Amino acid sequence: MSQVSETTVDRPVDTSHMKVSSTNVAIEVIGMHKWYSDFHVLRDINLKVMEGERIVIAGPSGSGKSTLIRCINRLEEHQEGQIIVNGTELTADLKRIDEVRREVGMVFQHFNLFPHLTILENLTLAPIWVRGIPKAEAEATAMHYLERVKIPEQALKYPGQLSGGQQQRVAIARSLCMQPKIMLFDEPTSALDPEMVKEVLEVMISLAEEGMTMICVTHEMGFARQVANRVIFMDQGQIIEQNEPEAFFSNPQHERTKLFLSQILH
Amino acid sequence: MTTLDTGPAAAPRVAFYNDPVIRGIIYQVVVAVLLVTFIAWIVGNTATNLAAQNKTTGFDFLWKTAGFDISFSLLPWSRGSYYWEAFLVGITNTLLVAFIGIILATMLGFTIGIARLSSNFIVARLATIYIETIRNIPLLLQLFFWYFAVLKAMPAVRESLALPLDIFINQRGLMVPRPTPDQEFTWVLVTFGLALAGAIALGIWATRVRTLTGKYPREVVLAGKVADACVTFLVAFTALFILFSVAFPLSHAPLVAAVVAVVLAAFSLTRFAAISRGVLTFLIAFVLLDTIVGAMFAWVPSLLVSVLSAMIALTIARVGYVGALSRPPSEARFPLALLVLIALGVPGLVYWLTGATLVFEVPVLQRFNFVGGLQLPPEFVALAFGLTIYTAAFIAETVRGGIQAVSRGQTEAAQSLGLKDGDRLRLVVVPQAMRVIIPPLTSQYLNLTKNSSLGAAIGYPELVNVFAGTSLNQTGRAIECIAMVMLVYLTLSLLTSAIMNWYNARVSLVER
Amino acid sequence: MTDFGFVRADMVPSKPAPINTSGVGAWFRKNLFATPLDGVLTILGLVFLVWIVPPLYNFFIGHAVGPGGTVEECRLENAGACWAYISSEMEFFIYGFYDIPEQWRPNIVFALGALLLIPLLIPKVPFKRTNAVLFLLVFPVVSYFLLAGGVFGLKPIPTEKWGGLLVTLIISVVGISCSFPLGIILALGRQSKMPVIKTLCIAFIELIRAVPLITILFMASIMLPLFMPQGTTVDKLLRALVGVTLFTSAYMAEVVRGGLQAIPRGQYEAGASLGLGYWQRMYFIILPQALKHVIPGIVNNFISLFKDTSLVYIVGMKDLLEAVKTKNDTALEWQSANTATTGYLFAAMVFWVFCFGMSRYSMYMERRLNTGYKR
Repeated sequence: MSQVSETTVDRPVDTSHMKVSSTNVAIEVIGMHKWYSDFHVLRDINLKVMEGERIVIAGPSGSGKSTLIRCINRLEEHQEGQIIVNGTELTADLKRIDEVRREVGMVFQHFNLFPHLTILENLTLAPIWVRGIPKAEAEATAMHYLERVKIPEQALKYPGQLSGGQQQRVAIARSLCMQPKIMLFDEPTSALDPEMVKEVLEVMISLAEEGMTMICVTHEMGFARQVANRVIFMDQGQIIEQNEPEAFFSNPQHERTKLFLSQILH
Repeated sequence: MTTLDTGPAAAPRVAFYNDPVIRGIIYQVVVAVLLVTFIAWIVGNTATNLAAQNKTTGFDFLWKTAGFDISFSLLPWSRGSYYWEAFLVGITNTLLVAFIGIILATMLGFTIGIARLSSNFIVARLATIYIETIRNIPLLLQLFFWYFAVLKAMPAVRESLALPLDIFINQRGLMVPRPTPDQEFTWVLVTFGLALAGAIALGIWATRVRTLTGKYPREVVLAGKVADACVTFLVAFTALFILFSVAFPLSHAPLVAAVVAVVLAAFSLTRFAAISRGVLTFLIAFVLLDTIVGAMFAWVPSLLVSVLSAMIALTIARVGYVGALSRPPSEARFPLALLVLIALGVPGLVYWLTGATLVFEVPVLQRFNFVGGLQLPPEFVALAFGLTIYTAAFIAETVRGGIQAVSRGQTEAAQSLGLKDGDRLRLVVVPQAMRVIIPPLTSQYLNLTKNSSLGAAIGYPELVNVFAGTSLNQTGRAIECIAMVMLVYLTLSLLTSAIMNWYNARVSLVER
Repeated sequence: MTDFGFVRADMVPSKPAPINTSGVGAWFRKNLFATPLDGVLTILGLVFLVWIVPPLYNFFIGHAVGPGGTVEECRLENAGACWAYISSEMEFFIYGFYDIPEQWRPNIVFALGALLLIPLLIPKVPFKRTNAVLFLLVFPVVSYFLLAGGVFGLKPIPTEKWGGLLVTLIISVVGISCSFPLGIILALGRQSKMPVIKTLCIAFIELIRAVPLITILFMASIMLPLFMPQGTTVDKLLRALVGVTLFTSAYMAEVVRGGLQAIPRGQYEAGASLGLGYWQRMYFIILPQALKHVIPGIVNNFISLFKDTSLVYIVGMKDLLEAVKTKNDTALEWQSANTATTGYLFAAMVFWVFCFGMSRYSMYMERRLNTGYKR
């Protein structure tokens, strides 16, 4: 569990702006199962995410947390149950998958920037070719988000010229350029050097402050405490326990949760 | 290496033979002296040997008449031609077979390389079997096989194997129709060039407008719709015409075909475009399958073949239909049909208007031999075929490696951004894969060119055969002939690597 | 906030996957019918297989004339491959014109070679260095005297009489064992900081790699005699060996260079800081690592070399392919429609077995090296 970190940002995080809608459902997962050939990776997942929620999914490696969020934008397909994103149920229908992917942004552990394009081109590619936004407008939006992640001066460089933290911030900006309603983060800080973690977390927190619906698979327990409105603990492909961060960390109920927390928090 | 050992300036004095710099110089002088002595020894020996055999040296033989026949030449050649002309004939023949081999091997190699990555078990396995079989057998053996065991075992001239389109195969090679364009046809070729350039320019312009404004230009979209309908009509008409005049003969085949094709074209403009496309796919698939499968299984009753073909074609048509359903509306689609129509339709119109004719001179079997047409000698056919088959296996591996080099994360990132499969390939995967593929691909092209020298073993008159073989034997100028041949290959190789260095410097990914 | 505290009471047990994600059915669905397009490809592939497999089976096995068959059977209308021809000419394909009563000598060489090579290839067997020295230095000398004769009362047999698979294997083994050290020296020379040596090595490597092997062999065949002092004759086999070795060493040098470049600079510096001289550094530190890296490349070079031996017909040697071709053209008593095809197919199968074996071995080594050595 050495990769777990307690990095926090050095400012009070104001959660009062982070409004959770009580009526609008962003994501609903009902009785979902997934197998990798004979291996039962996800078991009976039930999850209802309201608009504006900030959810952190924690758990030991191999517990299926990444697979779960990859199912939510259909990078993996599930075999049983339903996943409904923004009112659209995910099936094999390509049209629906496209519809969902347009509204859901995803940030990967290894950034996955396009190395042959400049930062600006990385950011404008999808708006131009998916949404049909004029180039000038797409570039203006891109510059806006680059300023938000505080690296507008890197716009004309190539991904290979940037540090890991900068690349991850570009990756977040790239997702934001599609103006998604939901953001999924798949261990966004695991591949980063410790000193770069903070700059990425800072961006994620400011997103939360603007009311973005977020699901983060992460080992950043400090982030979970500061920002999340709910922490989900997964093990062996199932949701073991979920609660508000305060209660989750101070008063874990399930044996496995206790074990996990005792291993990572000293 | 030795300079690495150089210590700081204040190092204690060392014996001069222990000083790495001086030592390095001594080594080099020794090597140079040895080399010069060795060369002098060889030159001396050669001079003595040549003198003993009463041979002269020099390049004056190039301006003497060669006096031998060359069985296949693009340049004018007679027994009275000079040796330097033989040299040029050798080079052109090498380049010709290399050029054709490169084009065919690229097409075959890319297909097989992609097939090898297919998620379809049978397709991937067939591609693997091809690659593993071909690249583990010497090329020379394969050439011998195609030349001696296959082409030489073809029937004699009188029993030539007749293929479709007036092509014949026999022991003397491949006879194909020769195009004999008339004067006016030049205009058709010129318009074709212009129309192609125009179509490409239009494509680039439309794409630029699409990026700048988010939409394809209105006129282009409109013209694109018309072009879609035209192409649908033309393709449907051709397929139906073949169907009704060959497979299921009808009395008014052209009329029926035209009526059905018009209906399909009309449908392609409405919201039933997908259905029209499905039917079109069915027609093409059925015509192709019925012909090919029918030829493959001549012993199966033709009705059974037709039924089977129809079933397979229905499945394919379903793919076409589903694909058409998820196609973006024509406003958001690259106007490919329009460009194709311009590039092919305009010259076609000129062809019709100017009354130009392009007659194909068909090879005809006379008493003893074929007359007319283009007669490709079996050496050429075997060499081009063998080089294609062999090199394609290596190109396939190159292509596979290039595609696999684009990490899965790139695909996932593109998918999660909502890019459609076509855009994802075009904008993300292909540009990255090509950077990896092109350098080894070029070296495969170079290999193919070098390997074409094996044509000498089956009697194709390429450079080595003509110049290091016949000319050398006749003139006895071994050193000159071999040096000239080597120089040609050296030039080709240096040129290629110069271009590659330039390319690599241009496209290499910028890293920190 | 809503109350969403949740604690799982009972763990969900692992369920077997639904029928369409595991087992035979799932395999078929995933590998053959994942999408409609896949289904189409599968059907077309099957049509192709149905078309091609029965005729191939009939040619190779069904209607083929087995060893011991007669030429009359091979000449029948529907006859397939004429294996009888191969079995009756096998001696020529293996030994060429080598004297029949003396064929035990090549046999011993084959056996000795196999005996030394096999433990060399199996990673677990100890004494690699001794084994390699035996195989690369002692074995060729012993083999030469055994095959050529003229000593210990063995009947001298000139190299002109050697042929077939024997020559193919001799040229490959000698080519491999000579081009390897030569390639290493060239690669080191190319990395050298001494301009004269560096230029020479680059010029040699690039010149050789630019031209086809066939021209090098032409040179060896026609110009080598010219270069030698008057009166010396150069053995044909030697000409072939010189040509093939020079050719392969240039390619070997490039592979080794790749390995040298993959070694981190620190390794060179560490060696120097230990006070080792240049050759000691190379021998103990750099080369063992560099060569290990490029074993697959080296083996691929060997495969090319093995295939290229078929070109030595240019200098007049009868290797396996040339032996088969000679018999195809001259064995009138075996003439039939399929004789030539069968001959070439036989040669192809022999070459294929060797090359495929080598390529599988290189893949095996690659996997082995990858697991123990992560960078």
